[in-house]
Amino acid sequence: MPDRRRRVAAVTRLRRRGQELLLTAPGVFWLSLFFLVPTALVFILAFRPADPFGGIGRGWTLATLRALADPQYLAIAWRTLWVSFTATVICMLLAVPTGYAVARAPMRRRNLLLMLVIVPFWTSFLIRVFAWKSILHPEGLIKKVLVLAGLVDANASLLYHLGAVILVTVYAFLPFAILPIYAAAEKFDYRLIEAARDLGARPFAAFRKVFLPGVRQGLITAVLVVFIPALGSYVVPDIVGGTGSELLGNKIAQRVFVDRNLPLAGGLSIVLTLAVLTPLLAVLTLRRRKGRAVSRDAGGQP
Amino acid sequence: MKRSRFPFIVTGAVLVFFYLPILILIVDSFNSSRFGGAWRGFSLKWYARLFHEPAIWEAARNTLLIALLVTFVSLVLGTASALALHRFFKSRLQRFHYTLVYTPLVVPEILMGISLLMAFVAAGVKLGMLTIILAHVTFCVSYVALIVLGRLQDFDFSIVEAARDLGASSWTAAWRVVLPMLAPGLAAAGLIAFTLSVDDFVITFFVAGPGATTLPIRVYSMIKHGATPLINALSTLLLALTFTTVLVSQRLSASGALKSRTME
Repeated sequence: MPDRRRRVAAVTRLRRRGQELLLTAPGVFWLSLFFLVPTALVFILAFRPADPFGGIGRGWTLATLRALADPQYLAIAWRTLWVSFTATVICMLLAVPTGYAVARAPMRRRNLLLMLVIVPFWTSFLIRVFAWKSILHPEGLIKKVLVLAGLVDANASLLYHLGAVILVTVYAFLPFAILPIYAAAEKFDYRLIEAARDLGARPFAAFRKVFLPGVRQGLITAVLVVFIPALGSYVVPDIVGGTGSELLGNKIAQRVFVDRNLPLAGGLSIVLTLAVLTPLLAVLTLRRRKGRAVSRDAGGQP
Repeated sequence: MKRSRFPFIVTGAVLVFFYLPILILIVDSFNSSRFGGAWRGFSLKWYARLFHEPAIWEAARNTLLIALLVTFVSLVLGTASALALHRFFKSRLQRFHYTLVYTPLVVPEILMGISLLMAFVAAGVKLGMLTIILAHVTFCVSYVALIVLGRLQDFDFSIVEAARDLGASSWTAAWRVVLPMLAPGLAAAGLIAFTLSVDDFVITFFVAGPGATTLPIRVYSMIKHGATPLINALSTLLLALTFTTVLVSQRLSASGALKSRTME
């Protein structure tokens, strides 16, 4: 009886749909309520005035937009980009050889090395940043060594400037960069490098033209997991930086904790959101264009 | 063919770079001098003093309480999400669901902190333990969902079918077959959620309000007010806890957990 079979199929489909909704609803509800709505709210509340009690007032205003036009914020946005970019480049220069070395190490040593990379990754971020504060401290070890070696003046400060912020940012995010590169390097077929060498490529050329494109996915992930958190970094410049090395994150925190202007804090975080979206969209576009190029090559069409 | 030694030299340097600051911090926690840099003899006095700081212990208790609740709630929510994403992955709803689960992972913490703070203020919710727990669950759910999803993808579902063929009801199959197979993944996910909750500073700082203090917030205010030797001692204790956790999680096979944490 086809009619009955159809009805059974419809009931099964409905039950399946019901199960899907039952399993999906809690997560979607939670993330909508505590992630999607608050994110949208930031964009809306930036156009509300601040009330004198540190809350959000009634009515609409463009005061936040006008305040954002202040050249000090432009300079800080630019500095944030610059610090994140420099830290990302240094991280990549260290992470590529490390990821490669860990992937090529013999099995037992590889597990040990991997473990040594993972431990800092689980260690409290605050403690790792604090460790540097006491090392770079005027009474700290590195300062003493450098003064003894005659490399820095006894009165020079290693803390509270941009260099310290970049150094500690690299320290904080380097494990995050090594792991995806390692994951890609582990799957790479190293006979390709041998083949390139046999065909006359110099070692560095083989590395650049065969290995790097082969682990591209890992490289992209590594860049994103350093660059994006670095853009939003707040703890590092707050603890080892000075007033001359404040980043967007510090300004957002100051608007919240010092003068309690939530709309302006919201406006600044919109600027930060745009800064974060740019590299993400760039990667997506790049990936899509690459995908199209590949399918075109495969199809043999010009 | 001779391999270049350069990558191995860089790796050695990177490991020294990773561990030297931590090592100095640990050594300094046993230094009786108030300032690091000069060794004035071995002493446990900073640890002793740590036990006379009620504020630290209260913060530790809050942290633990929050982390336990957060782990439980995010395990329930995240596992449901993972099951939905795995079983119905083709539907449009699941594509939206996946984006919603994935996006919080790429948003800088400070943005999540400020947006939650503004939402709580706009809704008139009093800041405190409750808002901290709500915020922590929000960033833990995504990690849990992706770790459990990774586990489900390696799963051999023919075993479940076999159980059904042998007469198990779907509940019995879920309880006696799926859950035990999923257990290591749930343990790894729970461990990550717990660690993330215990460690989180930025988001907590934004949504904590004046009343509720967690350990990272306590540590931060100690750093700001210069109680250096005490933080060294406290940090050493926390580091010991971390090392143990990593060892345990390695046992539970961390590969799945690792993959999701690096956005693979």
